[in-house]
Amino acid sequence: MEAAEHGLADRRFAGIDIGASRTKVVLLDDRKQMLGNAVRKTGTDFGETADRCLDDALGAAGCDRRSIKAAVATGYGRKNVAFITETAKTEISCHARGCYQLFPEAMTIIDIGGQDNKIIKLDAAGRRISFKMNRKCAAGTGAFLEEMALRLDLPLERLDGLAREAAGIVELGSFCTVFSATEVLGHIRQGRAVPDIVKGLFLSVIKRVLEMDSLVGSVVMTGGVVAHNPFLVDMAREMIDNPVRTPEHPQLTGALGAALFALDAASHTEPDT
Amino acid sequence: MAEDKTPPRLKSAAEMGRIMAEYFKELDAAAKDGSRKIAWCTSVGPAELLQALGFLVYYPENHGAMLGATRMATDMIPAANAIGYSPDICSYLTADIGSYLNKKTPLTKAFGMAGPPKPDVLVFNTNQCRDVQDWFAWYAREFDAPLLGVYTHRNIGDIEPHQVGDIARQIENLVEPLEEIAGRKLDMADLRRAVGLSRQCSDLWKAVLDTAAHKPSPITFFDGTIHMGPAVCLRGTEAAVDYYQKALLPELEERMANDVAAVPGERFRLYWDGMPIWGRLRDHSKMFADLRTNVLSSTYCNSWIFTALDPDDPFGGMAKAYTELFIVRSDAAKEAYIQRMLDFFKVDGVIYHDAKTCPNNSNCRYGMPQRLETATGIPSLTINGDLNDLRLVSDEQNKTNVEAFVEQLEEGR
Ligand code: SF4
Repeated sequence: MEAAEHGLADRRFAGIDIGASRTKVVLLDDRKQMLGNAVRKTGTDFGETADRCLDDALGAAGCDRRSIKAAVATGYGRKNVAFITETAKTEISCHARGCYQLFPEAMTIIDIGGQDNKIIKLDAAGRRISFKMNRKCAAGTGAFLEEMALRLDLPLERLDGLAREAAGIVELGSFCTVFSATEVLGHIRQGRAVPDIVKGLFLSVIKRVLEMDSLVGSVVMTGGVVAHNPFLVDMAREMIDNPVRTPEHPQLTGALGAALFALDAASHTEPDT
Repeated sequence: MAEDKTPPRLKSAAEMGRIMAEYFKELDAAAKDGSRKIAWCTSVGPAELLQALGFLVYYPENHGAMLGATRMATDMIPAANAIGYSPDICSYLTADIGSYLNKKTPLTKAFGMAGPPKPDVLVFNTNQCRDVQDWFAWYAREFDAPLLGVYTHRNIGDIEPHQVGDIARQIENLVEPLEEIAGRKLDMADLRRAVGLSRQCSDLWKAVLDTAAHKPSPITFFDGTIHMGPAVCLRGTEAAVDYYQKALLPELEERMANDVAAVPGERFRLYWDGMPIWGRLRDHSKMFADLRTNVLSSTYCNSWIFTALDPDDPFGGMAKAYTELFIVRSDAAKEAYIQRMLDFFKVDGVIYHDAKTCPNNSNCRYGMPQRLETATGIPSLTINGDLNDLRLVSDEQNKTNVEAFVEQLEEGR
């Protein structure tokens, strides 16, 4: 029936990933095509930010809220968006779902976020074998790079370009963000080139994540830090034997997974007849 | 109708509260009027011998756990750090010594006591760790009280007769100095009696914990950590035997008969390895109940099962019981044990608690979770935290980890 077909075609599914640092929204149609997305700084009012971010994504997709048939929230603030959905899934499940949609194979996901890192292993059928989050410490996360950029008096966006320019590399010895900062200041005093130091910071991030777990299958790198510092992926590729992939939108895989879960849930409750 | 996920309370808790209060009152009175000698003992030290010699036995680890459970520990620990006891060592030790230095104790609110009872002697067994020895040594200096100890073998695979023989001799060697402090001779009949009661308590405690094998389980690990009080502090006495025999075990059996679940709607059954996070017992109990997941068995609660205790061979039985203990065993022996438990309790997943300040009870640091996952196919999760120092606990990280783990179990179904 035409009307029913029209109704189905209008169905939108939202994934809302409220990370500690950034909020991400992905809108899908029922063919799993991404219609729109948005990213905002999370700030302190999770609900408000998610609300606005959802509007941004709807604007980009050219549709309104009434078209949203189901939504799933994920991330640190996943329980704070009752205005749109009560359904929450952890970011671990959502990253896994999102990445498997993009790369349907056995893989290890390395997600480097603003405040935490995750390693998630999936088998060839997309089933989760194991996962690990970083321990209580910010070493190896976006927060580490932010702190270092501050110490070097550099805007965050410049790190990637600087690391690419490096002729050499200044390796850091410490796990600890604060001790690393002291080390970095020492290197500056000794007149080491800033690009070499920045490349050393990237190396430190990669080392911190690689020591979290072993790798199986291909490696899929995601997260805001990866999205904004693609050179990090180039460096990781040199260090890892497994094939390394990145999605087109590395920061959005969690939100994408959440949207896919929303679509699953809707198709369970309203089977396409 | 929305399902009620609140775990039902065990009614026996009131009776347990009563006998624990009596125990502390007796200790407090004896400390004040000197009517009985008081021995401080490590939780798996030679308590039966001390009881047979007429000592009232006080367990500082229990006090450590109370400091944790009342969330006082984190404020006490810095005082011990400041006098040279590192924030990286046992946070029972640092919380307990900090509590002494600050003159603040949960015993005041719970039992009206100004502080722990002063010791006439302190007796440790290093079977669990070296920290207990340092901990007791500090108080021995502080109170100028004698310090005695049993030095255990470590990394034990199969128990060898020479190990049991050695520990039995060490315990026997305690008799003379203890007799002197007690001011009386050891009557072997008293020792047999204490060992017999301790064994009975241990058998009953095992029966209590084994009820968790029932589907659905009538008990949780969190219940276990509370209801183990008598098994730790009152073993060797009739009060503990009575409590388990007449109150707790019948209540659990009744739950089993009526299929009353400790976690209503139990979907997943988990095993916990490592220490509890004392300051988060209630939150964790609720968090798992909300996920309709029961953490129902643990290495920790099982550690007070001493099946080798034998009234006919008191020294040999004590030596064997305190050497069979999980914590002193080799990784291979520990793994075989955990495998048996996973099987017996029909477990879907394992949680390892990596407690920052207790490497002795953190079994996940040398690849054990990975080896056991390979051997059993049962998935596991490691959470980072601590028994007492809440500065080392990230609730948000733990919550996400646990929820993600339960989602993983759901996907696997
Ligand atoms: S076993 Fe761990 S918690 Fe117990 S006393 Fe020793 S270090 Fe402390």
